[in-house]
Amino acid sequence: MRGPLLFKDIDTAGLTSIATYRQLGGYETLVATLGKTSPDECIEIVKASGLRGRGGAGFPAGMKWGFVPKDSPKPRYLVCNADESEPGTFKDRELMEKNPHLLIEGCALAAYAINAHVGYIYLRGEFEYIQRILDRALAEARAAGFLGRGIAGSGFDVEIHTHLGAGAYICGEETALLSSLEGYRGQPRLKPPFPAVEGLYACPTVVNNVETLMNVPSILRHGAAWYRQWGTEKSPGTKIFSVSGPVRRPGNYELPLGTPLSELIEKHCGGMRDGLKVKAVIPGGSSVPLLPASLLDTGLDFESMTAAGTMLGSGGVIVIDDQTCIVDALHNITRFYEHESCGKCTPCREGTYWMVEVFERLEAGRGRAADIDLLNDVSDNILGKSFCALGDAAAMPVMGAIKHFRDEFEYHVTHRRCMVNRRREVLAGVAP
Amino acid sequence: MSHAPAVTAIDPEVRDWPASRRVEVDEALSHYPNRRSAVLPLMWIAQREWGWLSPPVLRLVARTAELPEPEVFGIATFYTMFNLRPVGRHHLQVCMTISCSLMGADRLFRHLERKLGIGHGETTPDGRFTLRRVECLAACGRGPCMQVNFDYHENLDEARVDALLETLT
Repeated sequence: MRGPLLFKDIDTAGLTSIATYRQLGGYETLVATLGKTSPDECIEIVKASGLRGRGGAGFPAGMKWGFVPKDSPKPRYLVCNADESEPGTFKDRELMEKNPHLLIEGCALAAYAINAHVGYIYLRGEFEYIQRILDRALAEARAAGFLGRGIAGSGFDVEIHTHLGAGAYICGEETALLSSLEGYRGQPRLKPPFPAVEGLYACPTVVNNVETLMNVPSILRHGAAWYRQWGTEKSPGTKIFSVSGPVRRPGNYELPLGTPLSELIEKHCGGMRDGLKVKAVIPGGSSVPLLPASLLDTGLDFESMTAAGTMLGSGGVIVIDDQTCIVDALHNITRFYEHESCGKCTPCREGTYWMVEVFERLEAGRGRAADIDLLNDVSDNILGKSFCALGDAAAMPVMGAIKHFRDEFEYHVTHRRCMVNRRREVLAGVAP
Repeated sequence: MSHAPAVTAIDPEVRDWPASRRVEVDEALSHYPNRRSAVLPLMWIAQREWGWLSPPVLRLVARTAELPEPEVFGIATFYTMFNLRPVGRHHLQVCMTISCSLMGADRLFRHLERKLGIGHGETTPDGRFTLRRVECLAACGRGPCMQVNFDYHENLDEARVDALLETLT
């Protein structure tokens, strides 16, 4: 058993088939809930559980559901964000690949709670094989009466479709995702109005991450108090952490929220490989500031990470070793945001471009003494000045890296090369 | 968005969806309350059929989705996975983002460039391979990784990539 909740049965052979899923109790919650527990009661239970969004922002899921206006004459929509585009994050991929029916059951229950009759699962374009797995599972669920008209013997109708994106990081941002789903370029919209009020086709819409929705069946089955046996008061439950970088056992780990970062790396991942040491860890996907090795005992929960100057984010834990240059690593990350900026807002579009220019100068040994403050200044002019969080995601890691590793940036200026870089010889012949 | 390749060729033959794709097209249209929403699914169907989205193919998508042609061209160029010129039979898409980079993606890409004699965005003269740098593929724990068309190949090194290329004829 790889984890107490979402990973409890994850490696069961044949779990993608509805027969195996039902043998393990699958769809029992749907049958027990629909028509027996009212939608409002479902929302209250999820609120009481304290379940927070697992896509990165950590917004309370039950509260989000509660924002859907009850008296709107418009149809409501449920959208599952399966774009999983945050660098360092690969949990939703494993969850959907191995347990597609749990996501479908979670979607059906969430749709019931907000009274939506249509749901979409928005997958990133690279997940074409997962679309095939999900479409097969959706057909099985339809045939078994868990989707379609009067599902699970109730009077509730719901249909769920998969929708494949086509390569755009920005579509993981919920309003850009909705634009993309509507058939536009995937560019974000100004909030408010929030999707719960005006989302897909300007109708009330709830957008939840895959992992969030997969927690819903067990919460409705066992109750809020049961769910709260894991995690902390403000960050209840478990979370799947995706660990990458030169650790001995990279991969996905389900742990109670609040588990120290050091325990994840040392105990679960077996520490570092090849005699390397931890220099820094990006705890929540590439959009969040890194933590220096001195802060490795920080708890993996929303509050502790914020107090340490970073964020829990998506739980994509990227471990950076002592032989890697921080300037080089941040150059790679900044180049990613420059590439993925959708171009809508000037501070993000132009700012990421100029940051890459400055990083290229530093990397090429042409850095100026003023460049470090220039990076901070450009970051500050992006932060909070664009429609969505992509610009912030480009700015915050750079500011964090300069705060904790200014000496490495200064070394680039004074010595015209990296302080350490186990990949330097390799990189020398490769265009950035 | 600097990565959209230029349109280089026109296939004047494409006029309509082949009969074999009609079911998929109708199915895609049935999933949404308006035809516009089906524009990405329609582009995927077209790319499966023709391998790339030529201007006549994009015009067909525009007619089917009932959208202005320039808007459909604008959508196609926004997303990186739509091929706006022909690609090789095996589209090698190597992840270059931070986690894969920490595990040796840069070295792997340089190896592929040298072995195949092509750079980013180029296709071998025999039409067998197209090589491309891409961003995070959500395979970070098993990097370096690449997708060949839609197939994931993970935990790669030079020897494994060499063995893999042998199988891609």
